Amino acid sequence: MTLTEKILAKHSGKSSVEPGESVWVDVDVLMTHDVCGPPSISIFKDQFGEDARVWDKEKLVIIPDHYIFTEDKYANRNVDILRAFAANQDLPNFYDVGSEEYKGVCHIALPEEGFTRPGEVLFGTDSHTCTAGAFGQFATGIGNTDAAFIMGTGQLWVKVPETMRFTFNGTSMPPYLMAKDIILQIIGDIGVDGATYRTMEFAGPGISCMSMEDRMTLTNMVIEAGGKNGVVEPDTKTEAYVRERTDKYFEPVFSDADANYHSEYQYNLEEMVPMVAKPHSPDNKATAIELEGTELDRAYIGSCTGGKLSDFKAAAEIITGNDLKIDTYIVPATTEIARGLETETVNGIPLIKIFKDAGCKIGQASCAACLGGPSDTFGRLNNQEVCISTTNRNYPGRMGSKESSVYLASPYTVAASAVTGNITDPRVFIHETII
Amino acid sequence: MSEQNNTIKGKAFVLGKNIDTDQIIPAEHLVYSLDDPEERKFYGRYALSGVPEEQSGLPEGGIPLVEDDAFESEFNIIVGGTNFGCGSSREHAPASLDIAGVEAIIAPTFARIFYRNSVDGGFVIPYESLNDLSQEVHTGDELEIDAKNRTVMNKTQNKEYDIRPLGSVADIVNAGGIFEFARKEGMIDVKN
Repeated sequence: MTLTEKILAKHSGKSSVEPGESVWVDVDVLMTHDVCGPPSISIFKDQFGEDARVWDKEKLVIIPDHYIFTEDKYANRNVDILRAFAANQDLPNFYDVGSEEYKGVCHIALPEEGFTRPGEVLFGTDSHTCTAGAFGQFATGIGNTDAAFIMGTGQLWVKVPETMRFTFNGTSMPPYLMAKDIILQIIGDIGVDGATYRTMEFAGPGISCMSMEDRMTLTNMVIEAGGKNGVVEPDTKTEAYVRERTDKYFEPVFSDADANYHSEYQYNLEEMVPMVAKPHSPDNKATAIELEGTELDRAYIGSCTGGKLSDFKAAAEIITGNDLKIDTYIVPATTEIARGLETETVNGIPLIKIFKDAGCKIGQASCAACLGGPSDTFGRLNNQEVCISTTNRNYPGRMGSKESSVYLASPYTVAASAVTGNITDPRVFIHETII
Repeated sequence: MSEQNNTIKGKAFVLGKNIDTDQIIPAEHLVYSLDDPEERKFYGRYALSGVPEEQSGLPEGGIPLVEDDAFESEFNIIVGGTNFGCGSSREHAPASLDIAGVEAIIAPTFARIFYRNSVDGGFVIPYESLNDLSQEVHTGDELEIDAKNRTVMNKTQNKEYDIRPLGSVADIVNAGGIFEFARKEGMIDVKN
């Protein structure tokens, strides 16, 4: 069996499962946020009763992150609903807005808080829940009704997916290459529905050399190929990351050598180059070089995909000492990352100073303009702006106005493009390499 | 949601491929309560408001699903291209179509979470067509979906198309959603 099949077998009390089979699984963690939490809670109460208790209060994690720093009264009401529910249910894992516990983007907060444990099953009311597969967890996005069902029963039905295996050859990442380039290449190759209903498993020596944050960028965007979940086999890096953040017992699971795959793909890291997804689809691929000279109005660095500390460090390496030609927005995914911007340095200079000196606009930890949001959202594209962004989607209107256009790229490429004002291959700023 | 064996008749609203959830219900509108009867109506008003004008109501385009001041649509069957409902997991997407009066969606393929939400929440029935009907059907065509015989009749063009069986989700569709299914199967009573 594959890693995913093994997790689903174990959580449904079976010795084995086959792709296509529907099974009921026991849930280890259910995550929800401010947009989908309130309607999930409402369905839960409606179906199980006003006084019903959630199945296991330790396993329900509520992380408000979408519409946080807004004057929108309805958006703020959603956070009030979460707060009241958490208090009423006495939930220990609620990361309230305005409190010391506030985190920001749920998919980065979950690993930081130790909820992404190998071998477990995580459901979340957000499509990018698949990010947690980087830790060898089965993790996928669901809707409000399914979340309400789990709140009451601790279970959910799942169709066992076939697995596509992506093997990366090479022993190190070229200095200009980021995980974002790799996943944009793959989505461009297989299409936005190339993995629909399936698992995308990432493996090979090239994976071993990637940091946990690199791996999270890969699994984060499997949904952009339609994937149900993405997984990376746990290794010593996984173990070290998770152990630093939780004492809870977990059992890593690995794919068998004779596991059956739907299909297998091979990529050589040394041959890969900076990639961009053009408007208005994540599979509309081009190399950064092909698009050089494309004029831009804005650069945006943030989100669960491209708002991690390593993403900002990469951007700062290019931005340091340069003036920027276009408005550049910096939104750390979480408060932990926001603090990291003060302590992490490039050439001895804190990242936050590099960004401020270059004139970047710095936002507070949240999803912010990645998905547009209310009209006063930080960084939102309100008109016909052309933006290059480290985020995950560029369908029409994704970052606000449907008149706007979004190019998706790695933090290196976004930073290089911010310096020049048009799409730029970051290799011109990374001196060790020659194009 | 109608039962699987019933027929659904009505006017088609045609869209292209990769209609993502931000086009179905733009994120800025996700703040309304789905419980409050007055607020809930706005999900109907803004259903498919994120679709670029020229791609809304094909082949001509320029036709909104719901008129500016209305809350419900005159179209009750959506015909889309491949990968319908890709993008986010927001259940507000199938809910908004349901609130606008849409009963069924016919597309060659659906994105997984949208498909699941449509079925588990009992909002709209997602029928997979054998061919891409968005290339053939025109917005405003009168359709009749016959789930039992797995056909779609286009009365305006006098053509008939095939749809696939619902397969493993048929029981949930017939029950009207995951809760209704689980009660019927005795699952919820067993757990509680």
